[in-house]
Amino acid sequence: MNYDIEVDNISKQFVKPDVQALEDINFNVKTGSLFGLIGADGAGKTTLFRILTTLLLADNGSAKVHGRDVVKDFKILRSLIGYMPGRFSLYTDLSVEENLQFFATLHKTTIEAGYHLIKDIYRQIEPFKNRRAGQLSGGMKQKLALSCALIHQPKVLFLDEPTTGVDAVSRKEFWNMLKNIKNQGVTILVSTPYMDEAVLCDEIALIQNGKILSIAPPSTIIAQFPDVLYSVSGSQIGKLLEDVSKFQDIKSCFSFGDTIHVTLNQGDIKGLQKELIQRGHPEVVIDTIVPTIEDCFIRLMQ
Amino acid sequence: MKQFKAFVIKEFYHVLRDKRSLLLLIGLPIVQIFLFGFALSNEVKNATIMIVDQSKDAASLSISEKIRNNDNFHFVGFGYAYKDAHTAFMRGEIQAAVIIPPNFQKSILRRENPTIQIIGDATDPNTATAVINYVTVITMNFQRQALGMTSPVSIDVRNHMLYNPELKGVTNFVPGLMALVLMLIGVLMTSVSIVKEKEMGTMEILLVSPFHPLAAIIAKAVPYLLVSIFNLCMILLISIHVLGMPMEGSYFLLFSMSVLLIITALSMGLFISNQTSSQQVAMLISLMGMLLPTMLFTGFMFPIENMPIPLQIISNFAASKWYYIIVKNIMIKGLGVAYFWKEALVLVGMTIFFIVMSLRRFKMRLA
Amino acid sequence: MEPIIFTKNLTKKFGDFIAVNNISFSVEKGEIFGFLGANGAGKTTAMKMLCGLLVPTSGLGKVAGYDISTQSDSIKRRIGYMSQKFSLYEDLTVRENMQFFGGIYGLRNKEIQKKIEYYHDLWSNNEMFDGLVGSLPLGWKQKVAFATAMMHDPDIVFLDEPTGGVDPIVRRQFWELIYKASDQGTTIFVTTHYMDEAEYCNRVSIMVDGEIAAMDSPKNLKIAYHTDTMDDVFYQLARKAQRSETV
Repeated sequence: MNYDIEVDNISKQFVKPDVQALEDINFNVKTGSLFGLIGADGAGKTTLFRILTTLLLADNGSAKVHGRDVVKDFKILRSLIGYMPGRFSLYTDLSVEENLQFFATLHKTTIEAGYHLIKDIYRQIEPFKNRRAGQLSGGMKQKLALSCALIHQPKVLFLDEPTTGVDAVSRKEFWNMLKNIKNQGVTILVSTPYMDEAVLCDEIALIQNGKILSIAPPSTIIAQFPDVLYSVSGSQIGKLLEDVSKFQDIKSCFSFGDTIHVTLNQGDIKGLQKELIQRGHPEVVIDTIVPTIEDCFIRLMQ
Repeated sequence: MKQFKAFVIKEFYHVLRDKRSLLLLIGLPIVQIFLFGFALSNEVKNATIMIVDQSKDAASLSISEKIRNNDNFHFVGFGYAYKDAHTAFMRGEIQAAVIIPPNFQKSILRRENPTIQIIGDATDPNTATAVINYVTVITMNFQRQALGMTSPVSIDVRNHMLYNPELKGVTNFVPGLMALVLMLIGVLMTSVSIVKEKEMGTMEILLVSPFHPLAAIIAKAVPYLLVSIFNLCMILLISIHVLGMPMEGSYFLLFSMSVLLIITALSMGLFISNQTSSQQVAMLISLMGMLLPTMLFTGFMFPIENMPIPLQIISNFAASKWYYIIVKNIMIKGLGVAYFWKEALVLVGMTIFFIVMSLRRFKMRLA
Repeated sequence: MEPIIFTKNLTKKFGDFIAVNNISFSVEKGEIFGFLGANGAGKTTAMKMLCGLLVPTSGLGKVAGYDISTQSDSIKRRIGYMSQKFSLYEDLTVRENMQFFGGIYGLRNKEIQKKIEYYHDLWSNNEMFDGLVGSLPLGWKQKVAFATAMMHDPDIVFLDEPTGGVDPIVRRQFWELIYKASDQGTTIFVTTHYMDEAEYCNRVSIMVDGEIAAMDSPKNLKIAYHTDTMDDVFYQLARKAQRSETV
């Protein structure tokens, strides 16, 4: 098995403010796969990205990207990787085309040479190629940033929270683009705080407070959920949540949209149903359900 | 090289598209020089003048007639003695006085080389200089017409400047302004534009690219170098042709020395931007650390000789001070490199210091 | 009872561009109203008009009984505002931030103290109040920001993507705060990109290209669009969007 990203015991501590940003991070990303780093803001995702893109030095541990050490071989590596930081980081006073041209030349290549890789994405913003990047909408900025990160045909693409603050429709579009890029042989490491995007990755690492909680393909993580998960729904969801949490055998209960996801320590779910009916929820419906990544994440966080 | 070119082009876009800053960059020096220039002298045309003719003979009347009829002067009246002129000066009624000695014509005939004295109010050095030039020309013409080209007699024109005997004016503020403008643009603009990339997050992408970030920073300096040279040309053009600044020395020397100062300024800007992470801080340091010392310690606003010793020592750290000395030597005295190589060497030393410091502290990574 | 937010044919144009086109809706007191839409649909512009930060081009809008075109000063006193971007002063402590924001709304020290004690008890996290905001985890920052926006007991609180990037547990805790505020009669006007959060709202509106394309309770919307997730409702509506420009 070939790996394009190998992370070995990476730790990083910041002096100010005094926090452990990363603690003994280990994972490998298979060549040509789409790997997701799932976690909230402040979990350490950006720090990890910066270490892997040679921008920061780790305190401990080592990492290789495309077989090259991120510290020793950083010069060679910088031409092999593409990086899209979490913040929009292009020149707002340059036009769309000028930005792309600039980044192509910067990597000693031309737009034509890398065009096949960005074709599907760039075509959508090409009608606006003379517009200044600062005047693009959020979605278009994101497409331009992705085009600029891809124009030199990198082997490994790093995307730090590309979909944060992006609406649901644009997010779907974006993940379709990622799938296409992956199919052209680019290894992708992407981070996101949106749990629902996890299932779109080949493999994911759940990260919280600088530690990895679990690494596996999404289906495996879901299969590893140890308890039976129930969904409870009723008409007064706020009151229902309060009453469910009072039930003696409750292990966890969290609202998920219009339902409540519940696991029990022991006993029978029928007991809960009975009690809820007694407490004035005659319409309550309880089903056994397959957990989502968010269920798994919440369980691992506790 | 192609990358470097792409980078320079991009920097030009930044500079040219920020219309407001560009206008400020180019307009400010021009406005400043006009402001300085005309605050010191309005139209030389209306210089109020008094003639103290102590001869009242044919020759002296001929000269005073010419002065009275000159458009550039506003003739106030004749004085009878030196003290009349003095009183008029004190009252602020005149800006210049021409004193013709007694027995003027006789002295000429006796081939005694008589002296015409011009007294000027040098609080307005431009006008004073202009008056001297006009009166000298008038006297020369008189000499040529009345005595012929080959006359062995020469009329001596001597000037005496009241209040500001060194005639600190154009000759003083133009070199000072040149230093100020070059420093300001060099230090402030480069440091701010580099820090801007850090703030915008583009520095992150540049660092991740195979392009050497140091080259990126040098590329940043190119447009500002050109803007500075353009400004330099404008200042010279205006000050020489409009304000009457002398230019005795070599243009080549002046330009090479100015480019040296620009490079010194750019290396300071580079150093500042290395040490800071926000545009505000960079701007504050540039203004407090560069503009203020340039104004104080260059010598064109406050004479350094009159400062307390500690301040005199501190003034040695102002790059503009050395440049100011060099420029005065070139423009006013027409001197060559032999007379100011030490000052030039100080600038070279400062440049090397800042570049070495920047290189040593330059980070190939974040944080 | 008069609705707490009421708009009729509210429109905002920027030159030729119609950012908000003729929207009419009302929100009842104590309601949790989800204001959804794709990026660039006009949400932010509409929200700015309701907060009295932008004057509408045409149409009528009333917030807490005041006209948004003419009485924006009175409106500002009656509303709270919190956005993902809006940060508290990172170099002040939680307590100092609360005191400051309470102060600018003209609260007396005693009232501010009472509020601080309330959150003290609610969060039972004593050290936090004297720590710098800058050193808090994002989730806590957002909770503190909400508490600060609620200092002056506003009639309505506008929340602009309050839970972006927050971890799933804190996200739920944040919604508990919202429910509590709503129970006490505060109207909640919230935007979000999390579709499961849309389910927590009493009613949601979905903006597409400057207009309100749908508005109802999540349950009714799901029935109307023949689906069982709000995600799908949103997708069906928003993918029809023609424009993707923000102003």
